This record gives sequence, C-alpha cells and structure tokens, in this order.
Amino acid sequence: MIVFFQSSIFVNLAYIFASILFIFGLKMLSSPETAQRGNLVSASGMLIAILVTLAQNEIIAYEYLLVALIGGLIVGVSAASLVKMTSMPELVALFNGFGGIASLLVGVAEFINPSSSTLIQIIAISFTVLIGGITFSGSLVAFGKLSEIISGKPLILFGQRFVLSALLLFALLLVFELIVSTGLFNISSQTILFILIGVTLVLGVLLTAPIGGADMPVVIALLNSYSGLAASSAGFVINNNVLIVAGALVGASGLILTNIMCKAMNRSLSNVLFGGFGAATSSSEGGGQIQGEVKPISAEDAYLILEAANSVLVVPGYGMAVSQAQHVVRELGELLEDNGCEVKYAIHPVAGRMPGHMNVLLAEANVSYDVLAEPDDVNPLMDTVDVCIVIGANDVVNPDARENEGSPIYGMPVIEVDRAKTVFILKRSMAVGFAGIDNPLFLKENSRMLFGDAKESISTLVSEFKT
Amino acid sequence: MESQALLVLLLFVLVLSIFLGFELINKVPSTLHTPLMSGANAISGITIVGALLASGGEGTFSSILVGTFAVFFASINVVGGYLVTNRMLKMFKKK
Repeated sequence: MIVFFQSSIFVNLAYIFASILFIFGLKMLSSPETAQRGNLVSASGMLIAILVTLAQNEIIAYEYLLVALIGGLIVGVSAASLVKMTSMPELVALFNGFGGIASLLVGVAEFINPSSSTLIQIIAISFTVLIGGITFSGSLVAFGKLSEIISGKPLILFGQRFVLSALLLFALLLVFELIVSTGLFNISSQTILFILIGVTLVLGVLLTAPIGGADMPVVIALLNSYSGLAASSAGFVINNNVLIVAGALVGASGLILTNIMCKAMNRSLSNVLFGGFGAATSSSEGGGQIQGEVKPISAEDAYLILEAANSVLVVPGYGMAVSQAQHVVRELGELLEDNGCEVKYAIHPVAGRMPGHMNVLLAEANVSYDVLAEPDDVNPLMDTVDVCIVIGANDVVNPDARENEGSPIYGMPVIEVDRAKTVFILKRSMAVGFAGIDNPLFLKENSRMLFGDAKESISTLVSEFKT
Repeated sequence: MESQALLVLLLFVLVLSIFLGFELINKVPSTLHTPLMSGANAISGITIVGALLASGGEGTFSSILVGTFAVFFASINVVGGYLVTNRMLKMFKKK
C-alpha cells in the first residue's frame, strides 16, 4: 500500500489533481461570493502537492526540510496575522520576493547537485535564476518604498537605460556561456552562475528604483507575474508539471492585472517602467496658468451642506490609508444614509499603492462591496451628485486629464468629481500628488478645501451629525 | 531524443496553462484585485515542491543547504499568502 502512494504514477496523478484545484480556486477568486471558498480550494491543492512530495521515495532525509518548513510556517503565520490592513501592499510585495528567491534557490540547488544536468535543465536553471533574482530584489525595493524605509520618489540614475541594457546583455551572455560553455570567461560554470545571480539582483533593483509611488500598483502586479514565471521556469528544471501549470496561471493573472493598471493610467507598460514619471514634470507645462483661488471650508459648514444632500459620492485615495480614516468614513456614510441620503464610493483602479487597495480598506471597515463603484459607473451620473467627498485622492480626480493636453496625465481615465454640484477635498496641505503635478480641481468654482488630517476632519463631521 | 520529447510536452503544458490563465481571470471585479493578487502569489509558492526535493533528496551538503533555504522562503510564501488572503476575503461582505 505504502509502495503505491510512493509510486510515480500516484504522485503525478496527485499533482494533476492539485493543478485542477488551483484552476478552480483561481476561477472562484474572481467573484466576491465564491472568493473565500476559492482560496481554500487552492490552498488544499497546495497541501496535497506538498504532502505527496513529502511521501515520495526520492526524499531520503527529513531533518533539514522539516526545520525549514516549521520555521517558514511560524514566520508566515505570524506575518499574516499580525499585519495591519494598511500595510497589506508591503506584505504582498515581501511574500512575492520570497517566492522569487525560493525559485532561484531551487535552480541553484539543482545546478550544484552533482547528478548531471541535461542541456534543457541548464537552460531552465538560467532562466529561473534570472527571473527569480529580478523578482526577489525588485520586490524588496518595492517593499522598501511601500513601507517608506526608502524614499517613494522615482530614483533616476544617470544613464539608467544604458546601464540597464548593458547589464541585461551581460546577463544573457552569462546565460549563453552557461549553456554552451565556450570557455570565454575561463572560469568555472559555478562561478558564472554566481555572477549571474549578482547581476540579476542588481537588475531587479535598477528596474524598480525608478518607479514612483503612484505607479506602485503596476509594479506589484508585474512582480506578481514574474514570481509565477519563475516558479514555472523551476518546473522545467525539475521536470514537474504542477509547477509549470501553477506558475503559468500566476504569470497570466499578474499580466492581466498589470494591463488593467496600465489602462487605468492610459500609459504603456514601458512608459511606466522606464518613464520615470513625476521626476521630470515638476515644471508646469504650457497650457496656461491655472486661474482661481483656493476656498477653504470649516467642518461645521461642510456638515450643513452634507445634511441637505440627497446623494453623496466618496472618492478615497492613498491619503485615506495614511490617516487610517476608513472606519470613520464608514460611520459618516451610515449617518448620511440614516439621513435619507444615497451614499456610494467611487474607486479608481490605481488609487492607493496596490491594485484594489481601497477596496480592502473599506471592506475592513465593513462597507458593503456592492456600494463600491468603478469610475465608468459613476461618471455618467456625476451631474446628479450633490456632494463628492475626495479623501486623500489627487491625481485620479485631476480634471487636467480631460482638459489640459499639455498635462502629463492627459488622457488618463479619471473620476470626474468636478462635475458634481459641490466637491469637498480633504487634504493635509496644498502639496501636489504622487505624480508631482498641479491639480486645478482645487481652484474650481464648486470646490471647497477641508484642510487637516482626513480622520480628524471626518470625525468632526460625524460628531456634528450626532449632536 | 527522449529529453526533447519531454521538453515539447512541458512546453505544450506551459502554453496551454498561460492561455487558460488569461481565460480564467479575464473579468475580475476591481474589488477583488488585491485578494486575487495575494492568492495568486500564494500559488506561486508551488516552487516549494522543487525546494522539498532539493532539501530532502540526494545531493551534496551545499545543494541540500540551498534547498533547505528554498523550503524556508517558499513555505513563508505559501502559508503567509493563503492566510493573509483568507483574512482579507473574510472582510468582504454584502449587507
């Protein structure tokens, strides 16, 4: 009986079964009703894959792997249960990086294992190391930027593109040398592999460092895709279908998300990756000086307007995450609804620092997901909205995207809040958004600035409603 | 010759899976972008299968050591990824 469970046919059938569970799990993740079950289905696929691997007779010693498994389990459980919802972007980036380094290490382990590797395996190892290394260091830089350990500003080095292309060519040359070993470098193939690892790590840093805070959703989605491709590539190293299938699914889903994010900003992927957006656009482009003045409003006056409103649209941005305002926002929304007002939330796909960031925060605050709308749903009805409350969002509500052809964000689909009857903008100061460009919304006739910390401002509104 | 046939088979699986992936996740509401990403991220931890084989299988001390580190990182990715996705999805409610 035990022999059967260790037989290659059983193990491979179990891997196929695990792949099926991954496919169903991902499918179920794309609908809110089934998403949680989908995640469990995919997790059970993973459990099956791990258990049959452990039972396989290829595994002869358990000491090391059990220590590593238990260590990883402890770290994973504590990180996942202790992290705050507002820190979710950096945690996702970090986990992503761990996936990348794990695939890289699988490639390295196979390479230094004396049992001779076939040509195909060596090619696969090279690509695994290449993609895994870029994923790892790129994710670490993204983690640093998101947790503000390093500056979120785009970091453009002199000759960035040249250095990047040169390094990429060098990496490909190393890969070529590993495969055909022409003896060009006169060093052992192991040394070449280690140089390759170093080069890929530098590449990952150089690819991520120039990307600014506002573009982080694209980068995270792209790194997500890379981590899948690295796993898929590792599947070719160990000739294992489940790695190839699961990795390819992740690679594809990451690419779809990347594409959605790019479309939401009306920019191409290469523009996001190499454009250094926001670093060079500080000087105001042509298109005329912005006219008008900033009109501040007190929380008391804002309350009077809200009290009379029949429809309110809340537009959150990264500022809501920073001031942790999601709970008071939900409270204000409920008070408005009790007052007979219709409340909706308009969420731009790139609001925040990762895809879906705002949705997670509002879900944490217990806002029902069916009142969360996308820009395309709310824009046609904008003229009927009495009050738009913009909470720490800036570039995603900038009217320049529609009106000023000279603006760097011209053409980006935005939430057209300036067409509502009144717009409240909750902001700490008049500073520019992540993209570093001016926002004429603040100067429009129907705009009122509610200065101060978003959480405090909304708390004041809430207490006004309660008295 | 046999390894070439195997390569073709694996490439076949790869190409089909990529197409399957695009079809599967084509229409995801933006509400679920984050959980989809972190859930997919957990799936990419499947590389743990390779890591387990490298850490527990035959090999030199250094290849086993490298494999063991791979197991450590991959298991953080798997366990943390699924748990955090579950934690997020629990919050998505319709009232």
